[in-house]
Amino acid sequence: MKLRRSMLFLPGANAAMLSTAFVYKPDSIMFDLEDAVSLREKDSARLLVFHALQNPVYREIETVVRINPLNTPYGLKDLEAVVRAGVDVVRLPKTDKPEDVHELETQVERIERECGREVGSTRLMAAIESAIGVVNAYAIATSSKRMIGIALAGFDYCVDMQTERGDGTELFYARCAVLHAARAAGIDAFDVVYSDVNDEEGFLKEVDLIRRLGYTGKSLINPRQIELLHNAYAPTDEDVDYARRVIAAAEAAERDGLGVIALNGKMIDAPIVNQAQRTLQRAQASGTRK
Amino acid sequence: MKIIKEAIAGTLESSDLLVKVAPSHDDTLEIILSSEVIKQFGQQIRRVVDETLQRLGVTAGSIIIEDKGALDCAIRARVQTAVLRGAACTDLNWEHLS
Repeated sequence: MKLRRSMLFLPGANAAMLSTAFVYKPDSIMFDLEDAVSLREKDSARLLVFHALQNPVYREIETVVRINPLNTPYGLKDLEAVVRAGVDVVRLPKTDKPEDVHELETQVERIERECGREVGSTRLMAAIESAIGVVNAYAIATSSKRMIGIALAGFDYCVDMQTERGDGTELFYARCAVLHAARAAGIDAFDVVYSDVNDEEGFLKEVDLIRRLGYTGKSLINPRQIELLHNAYAPTDEDVDYARRVIAAAEAAERDGLGVIALNGKMIDAPIVNQAQRTLQRAQASGTRK
Repeated sequence: MKIIKEAIAGTLESSDLLVKVAPSHDDTLEIILSSEVIKQFGQQIRRVVDETLQRLGVTAGSIIIEDKGALDCAIRARVQTAVLRGAACTDLNWEHLS
């Protein structure tokens, strides 16, 4: 089971962070070539990420690179570097419409052919950062077979909506719309970053909300948030115990040729059995909540 | 690749390095390396620098490196960035940069 609970942002120009971030063991590491890199360091960040991606320390972890938009002087150069370096996933920022992904995919395929990389092996994800992006979320989510997920980016979205980040009310519709689009498309959904790294309580409250909504995971800006997030996403011992009993009841019903599964006098149907299987898979992959 | 102007890349932060390049006055290649880990990794750092410059086709210039314990991947990236800036080169050959 591939977990994508945590996607840790790393500034692409920071050699120290690029050299050590793997030790924090997020599910995915996202090297950022866009907003975290000043204009005068775009060239150096691109080369740092190009070489970091080829470093053996990143072989065992999913690598993502947020490139600059393709309509800037940097986007295509970023793409040339990271596809050739073997990145797992390219994250396109400011995705407003499916055509943005089509353009990206065309370029990715060209580069794959040029450098001898297997065509289709570079996966894509899109960050939705505007009102029009949210409205087009399903079209974006289904725009390419390479898509592994879509992410909501809160700051730019709030600017576009003429509001500001607050208690989450401002993201209510966008969170639900992006999540539904992702799930309908059969791909992952990633929530916004929580920028106050010292507010552990606020972070956990937001994590609880997005986990219960159904989000796959969250973009993170500080390694300190990884363990908190992973623990909050882990099933409890009670969840695991219940899931085991559901599976046992389902197996017993199948063995006895019963069409109806019952546990403690309550009927269990297929979605509950599927949910129990997912709980056990997640417990196996991540352990149980502490 | 010919270094035609002074250029700099990197930082003096831990795990990074600062690379300064300048044109050569006498068509020679001079490399000055200082590192906090010169005793343990001096030869390895020098090998990475030499290899990187060779792949870029740099045969002349002044290359001054202050290493702060960077990994090989950071050394390659910083040397390449400084040289490309010093050569005013924007048309990258990825085969030479790998």
